Parts: sequence; C-alpha cells; structure tokens
Amino acid sequence: MERNPIRRQLANMRQSLFDQGYLDEQFIQLEELQDDANPNFVEEVVTLYYRDSGRILLNIEQALERKPFDFHKLDGYMHQFKGSSSSIGAKKVKAESTLFREYCKSGNGEGCMRTFQQLKREYATLRKKLEAYFQLARQAGPMETACRPK
Amino acid sequence: MVESGFSSPRHDAFPAGLRVLVVDDDPTWLKILEKMLKKCSYEVTTCGLAREALTLLRERKDGYDIVISDVNMPDMDGFKLLEHVGLEMDLPVIMMSVDGETSRVMKGVQHGACDYLLKPIRMKELRNIWQHVFRKKIHEVRDIESLEGIEHYHMTRSGSDMVDDGHLLGGEDTTSVRKRKDAESKHDDKDLNDPSSTKKARVVWTVDLHQKFVKAVNQIGFDKVGPKKILDLMNVPWLTRENVASHLQKYRLYLSRLQKESDTKNSFVGMKNMDPPTKDSTTGFGLHNTVNMIKDDSSNGSYSFSVKNSIVQNVDIKGYEGDRKGMTSVAGANSKGALSIDIPNPRKAKSSQISFDHSLASVDSGVNFPSFNSSNPDQYSWREIPEIQFKQECEPLPLENGFGQLPLPVPQHHIQTDYIKPAPSISSAPSITEKEATSSSIEVKPLYEEYRSNHVKQLSPTEAVDFLPDQSKSQTLNNQVFEPISATTSTMRSQGISLNCLADLEFAQRNLNEDLQICWLQAQGDCYATNNGLQDLQGIEYNDPAPIYEIPFHLYDAPRFDHEHLFDPTEYSAIDQGLFA
Repeated sequence: MERNPIRRQLANMRQSLFDQGYLDEQFIQLEELQDDANPNFVEEVVTLYYRDSGRILLNIEQALERKPFDFHKLDGYMHQFKGSSSSIGAKKVKAESTLFREYCKSGNGEGCMRTFQQLKREYATLRKKLEAYFQLARQAGPMETACRPK
Repeated sequence: MVESGFSSPRHDAFPAGLRVLVVDDDPTWLKILEKMLKKCSYEVTTCGLAREALTLLRERKDGYDIVISDVNMPDMDGFKLLEHVGLEMDLPVIMMSVDGETSRVMKGVQHGACDYLLKPIRMKELRNIWQHVFRKKIHEVRDIESLEGIEHYHMTRSGSDMVDDGHLLGGEDTTSVRKRKDAESKHDDKDLNDPSSTKKARVVWTVDLHQKFVKAVNQIGFDKVGPKKILDLMNVPWLTRENVASHLQKYRLYLSRLQKESDTKNSFVGMKNMDPPTKDSTTGFGLHNTVNMIKDDSSNGSYSFSVKNSIVQNVDIKGYEGDRKGMTSVAGANSKGALSIDIPNPRKAKSSQISFDHSLASVDSGVNFPSFNSSNPDQYSWREIPEIQFKQECEPLPLENGFGQLPLPVPQHHIQTDYIKPAPSISSAPSITEKEATSSSIEVKPLYEEYRSNHVKQLSPTEAVDFLPDQSKSQTLNNQVFEPISATTSTMRSQGISLNCLADLEFAQRNLNEDLQICWLQAQGDCYATNNGLQDLQGIEYNDPAPIYEIPFHLYDAPRFDHEHLFDPTEYSAIDQGLFA
C-alpha cells in the first residue's frame, strides 16, 4: 500500500497507538478536522492539551501534598483534567482519571495516590509516543496528517 | 476537500452563519469546538471565562444566536451562566460536560438548557445545533406575528391607536432581522402585507430592565404580582404586558428552582420545548386551548385572546381537512372579529371590559365544572400557554408558504408538539375522570341553559346528546363540556362580529364539519358561527375515537393539577369577584 517507507512507518505507529489503547476515536475526530486552513491541527491541539493539562496536574500534585485530602477539590481538578484529556482521545489517561475520581468519591486517599502515579506515567508515555509520531509525520511531509490512512 | 462534506448546498442559507458563543475554561476544547463549528459554517466566538461570556452577551445583545457552555468553570458555575443567559438574553443554551450523570444532566435541563452534550463532543452533534435556534425562532415569529397581526388590522381599521407600538416594533428591530431573515422571507410577502408584521421586537432583558422588574416584583410582593401591576410599576413605555408576563414566568421558574420546589412544576413548563410530537394528541391540544381560553379571558379581559384561540383550533384542524381556502377565510374573519372586539387598546384601556369579561368567563367556568372554579386561580401557570397559542395564529401562513421548504420535516407536527405535552404529564386515571366529568356535566345542564338563554340563543345541549345517541358517555360529555365554552366565545364575539364575517365562517364551518355536525351546526350555526373551532374539534373526535378519552381528563385534570402546584392569589381575587358577584 504505502511505498514510502516513512509513511508506512507512520501509519504503523499511528495504528499501534490505537491498538495498544492509548488513543480512542476522538483522535480520529481531530484528524478529520485538519484541513488546509489548519494543516497541523492535530499537533496544535495535542500541544495545547499538554500545556494546559500540565497545569491541572500540578494543582492535583499540590493538593495531594496536603493532608487530609480535600476529596471534593481533588475530584473537581480531576474532572477538569478528564474533560481535557477527552479532547485528544487520551484513552488510558482518561481511564486513570475516572478511577481517580471513583477513589475520591469513596474517600480512598491511598487509591488516589496510586492512581495518580499511574496516571502520570500514562500521561508521559502518551506524550512521548505522540511527539515521536508528529516528528515522523513532519518528515513524511504534509500529506500524511491531512488524510488518515484508509 | 474535507470541508466540502460539511455543509450541503441546501442548507447554505439558514444554518450557515449561525452565531455561536462557546464558553469553556479548557483551551483545548475551545480550540476544537471552534474548529468544528467553523467547519459547520457557523460564526464562532470563543470565551474562556463565564463572566467574560456574560459581558460579551450583554455588550452585543443581539450578537449571538446560541450559547454552548461547559458546566464546570472556575469563575462561575455553568448553571449560573445558563440562568443569566436565560433570564437576560433569552438565548438557547447548550451545556456540555465530560460528566454524564443523570442528575447533572437533569440539573442542566431544569435550569433551561436546550441540550446537554457529553464530551468528547462530535462534529455531527454540533452541526445539528441550529435546530434549537430554529425552534425558538418559530415560536418567536409566531408569537409576534399573531400579536402584530392583530395590531396591524387594528391600525388600518381604526386608525391611530396602535401606531406607536407598531412604529416601535418596526424600528427597534433592524438589528435582529438579519438572523431571522431566512426563516421569514419565505412567508413574508404572503403574510399580512405589512413588512413590519413579520419582524419582532424581542425584549432584551438588560440588567437594568431586569432590576426594575425585580424591584417591581418585590414592591408588589411576590405572591401578589401580576404582569399588569409589574408593568405599571416598571413604567417602561415600550414594554408590553406580554413581555412582562413572559419574563415573570421565567422569573418564577427561576425562583422556584432556587427554592428547590417539586420537580413537577419544572417539568411541566420545561417540557414545552422538547417533546416529540404525537399525532393523536391533536384533539387534546385543541381542547387544551379551549380551557385556556376561558382562563385567559377571565384573567385578562382581553377578547382578542379568545379569538386567537379559536383560530388556533381552526389551524389545528387544517391537517385533517386539508381545505386551505376554508381555513384562510376563517382566520381572516376571526381576525376582523378580534379587531372590532378589542376596542380601544388591548393592553392599556381594558378597564371597562375587564369586569364584564370576568363575570362572563367565570359564569362560564362555573357552569362547566364546580371544581373548575377553584382551578382558575392558577392563572400564571397558564399564562405561558395562551402566549404560545398566540404564536399559532400564524401557523397557516408559515406552514403553507415557507416553512415547508426549510429543513423541517413535518412542520405541523413540530408546532403542535409543545403544547400537547403538558396535558399527558398531568393526566390521571381516565376512568375516574370520565366518571366525574360526566356527573358534573349533568349538573351543569340547567345552569347552563339558563345562562345561555340570558345571553345568547338556545344551544340546547340535549339536542346534542340526542344527536349522538350511539356514542359513548365521554363523547356526550364532550358536547356538554364544549358548549359552555362555545357559548362564551360566541357571546363575546357576537358583540363585534359583523355579518360578513359570519358568512365566511359559516362557509368554513360547512367545509369542516361534513358528517355529523350538520344538525348541530344548523341549530347554532347562524348565530354561533364563531363556534366553529369547537365544532371542528368534535368533528375530529368523531372520526377518531381514541383521543376522546383524553379530552375529559385534560380538561378536568389539568386545572386541578395547577391548582395544587401553581397557585396565584392575585388572579384568584379577580376571578372571585366575577364568580360571586
């Protein structure tokens, strides 16, 4: 199908992000929004997501330093974070935030801490993977990001 | 390439250019939503703070068609924003959240959200949001057209009374015409031959205006307020009683939510915008109008209301008989009737009529059901319904001329929906109702006959009964129930209706009631030509027995429901006078 090895690699990389459960269909939505007016739309959105959500994570981090936990506040932050993560289709991150919120509701501070660590790992992993993906996409040329592989 | 898929050429005119204000504290979503909405060819304004959004909305009062707002925002709760927008701007608001808990969604709907979208939001959901604007538009246009239609006739016939209002309505509107242009232009020319009649002056409840309003309400005392009193106290010359009534309605809803009152009330009123149509309910709908007609008359002393209502009924029937010619002549005649009836100025100088009307209406309802009397007080809850009915006056026009071409699948359905819904939500066991209603109708007879012979010619309920010997009790009951009502209508109308109207109406009547109504028609047709709305209803019932069951309990239960939940002492006292004087 793809003759260009970079493109083929890119397609594989993208597919594995879905296959391994890092991304959900929202990411495809973003790809579909990309057009001539915004040729780098997906990357822009992802960049914006990481910039903004980092701020929320910091808030959560700080809130988790204070004991006893203010679960209401934590839940509020995580709600915000989850909403944000849903924007790029960060599936695993979103799942962790859902779990975190459940722990908040049941008042399980231990669970919150544990989940938060896991969440940060997923968050960082996805970031690395997406960065690699976009870098490769730039090398492959503009076509790749505009049309998603059939 | 991607772009081409998003706006079909058919839709180029209306939904394109829809002005959307998006409020979300999440910049990522803001960016995505902006892009999505632009792909839908909408005009997008984004805003990261709720307060900022409110400022934007207040600055450019007619600058947006719809608002999409996140529920959770740091500076202001999305629900709060929703409430402000609903009260001040009267714009449709869509809420969105990643949280789909039923309680949250319900809260949004209760606060007046026209939709609640879950994140991640899909393009296809956003592409569809124009429907909320369109729905609102239909209601507004109908509202104003019916109102102005009457005024317009008034102007041309009696000259000067309404000129001020007409001018104001025409003038103020230039900014807001644009967005309605498309929906309206289709029936503009055929309408009332007056360009200003299709425009409307939407009252933008500015902070100042709203404060005046609240001040007036507080001054009067919340349990004593009525639109008229507020209007007098506010002393804003261009504001109409209807404007105030509608705002009062919203305000009451708002307060009731604050007080965390029972959900029933909210859902009762809240539903009016969003329920799917059912064909069968048409009859129920018509009857509903009839009920309201009485109520409305008794509270307002405005004859024009009742006239409009009867038009509504005709409109309703149109779907069944499909005789457009007959319809138009009825509508025309009725409008004329309205003219001569609401003599000086329907808003201001009602004093002489009011007392008369009160006694009329309350005699009427007294005749209907003893229990009805106690249900009259709840005027304000019904206030909204008469208003809605107003809007329907122009239904024949938009339906036939314009809206059919717009992307609205079944316009008639659509229009009927909203007003049907409250009734089912109120209903109780039909069997009980039927029985009760029947018994009360029996009591009614003598009273009623007396009443009629005083004011009008014989209607003879017994004849109606004889005439329908094979029908079930409930049908008979319908006749009984209707006649008192029709008597009111005709009594009122007979004051003003000129003979040529009668001819028209009679003609229409014959069209409408071919099968079983002829006898009845002959008995009363000539003198009660204006009853045709009611007779039409019966015609429908006869053809379609199922809805008949609904009728008695709508009529009977709906008021009772209101009595329990929505009580307004002010109106009560007014009616009281009429009843026991």
